[in-house]
Amino acid sequence: MTQDPTQEPFDEAEYRRRQRSRANMMAWMLGGLAILFFLITIAKMQIFA
Amino acid sequence: MAQSLTHGETALPADWRDLFALTKPRVMSLVVFTALCGLLAAPGSVHPVLAFASILAIALGAGASGALNQWYEAGIDAKMKRTAGRPLPAGRLDRQTALQFGVGLAAFSLFLMLFASNWQATLLLAVSILFYVFVYTMWLKPRTPQNIVIGGAAGAFPPLIGWVAATGSIAPLPVLLFLLIFLWTPPHFWALALFVRSDYAAAGIPMMPVVAGEKSTRRQILFYAIIMAAGAIAPWPLGYTGALYGWTAVILSAIFVLLSIQVGTRTTGGGDTMQPEKRLFAFSIAYLFILFGAVVADHWWPL
Repeated sequence: MTQDPTQEPFDEAEYRRRQRSRANMMAWMLGGLAILFFLITIAKMQIFA
Repeated sequence: MAQSLTHGETALPADWRDLFALTKPRVMSLVVFTALCGLLAAPGSVHPVLAFASILAIALGAGASGALNQWYEAGIDAKMKRTAGRPLPAGRLDRQTALQFGVGLAAFSLFLMLFASNWQATLLLAVSILFYVFVYTMWLKPRTPQNIVIGGAAGAFPPLIGWVAATGSIAPLPVLLFLLIFLWTPPHFWALALFVRSDYAAAGIPMMPVVAGEKSTRRQILFYAIIMAAGAIAPWPLGYTGALYGWTAVILSAIFVLLSIQVGTRTTGGGDTMQPEKRLFAFSIAYLFILFGAVVADHWWPL
């Protein structure tokens, strides 16, 4: 059985690049959110103190 | 993991740039700016961290609305030149990923707003997202040429949400700012619709120039521009803003009306480059930015 000629061959390098870039992005976002939530908590403590 | 286009027989993970493009970043910039102005023009002071988090929540809510809009309109976008390059019609992202991203972002934006601000602002943010997705995108846009008029309310929420995030209550000035964006939306979008008319017609969207014709659209642009100008100047005589905002509104609104007269009274032939319409569209964006900047400037440095 032959492969469908319209399908592009699987590009593993591209797959890895996208996985890596998404993992990095997720790490930065989660880190940023952790800091933001910490700062919001501190700010609320200052306001309601 | 969210997946996008199939590459051979293996699905590739969605590229973050395509997810970012789903949020309509350019629209988001106007949303963030008007929300920030609403927040900064409110009386009293807000802790900078809470202000930042509230604006971030509004931005994420707007991004979620944009993503859900693109998820629903993927088929329509594919038929228009202006939108055919977006991630979904271009095949760089699958609809399931877009839906999950949009719903997740909406839920998170509401959670962040509730955590950082108050339930009143959270409720308004939820209403604005639901209004944009269900009332404007799904109900009005494919059915009536008045889609922009009523749907404009969705884009008018940000300054109101910003104000409520800062104060916990609604006041006349943010309602007038809401009204300003609401009245600004029809001439802004109909100017655009006039020069991308064939696009909308091809997609079967009943935009005003497609349904009512060019002449009627031009008249209505002028009509809304005049009401909008009155709405923009109103906060000054009503005593909610000072002379700095008042004169800015008078001068800019006069230019807006003059450009609208140019658009509203002309007829076009074949091969027209639609320069007056393009000029009005470009000016309308600057108009809103400058006017909202003036609201804040007037609050902080009154004449």
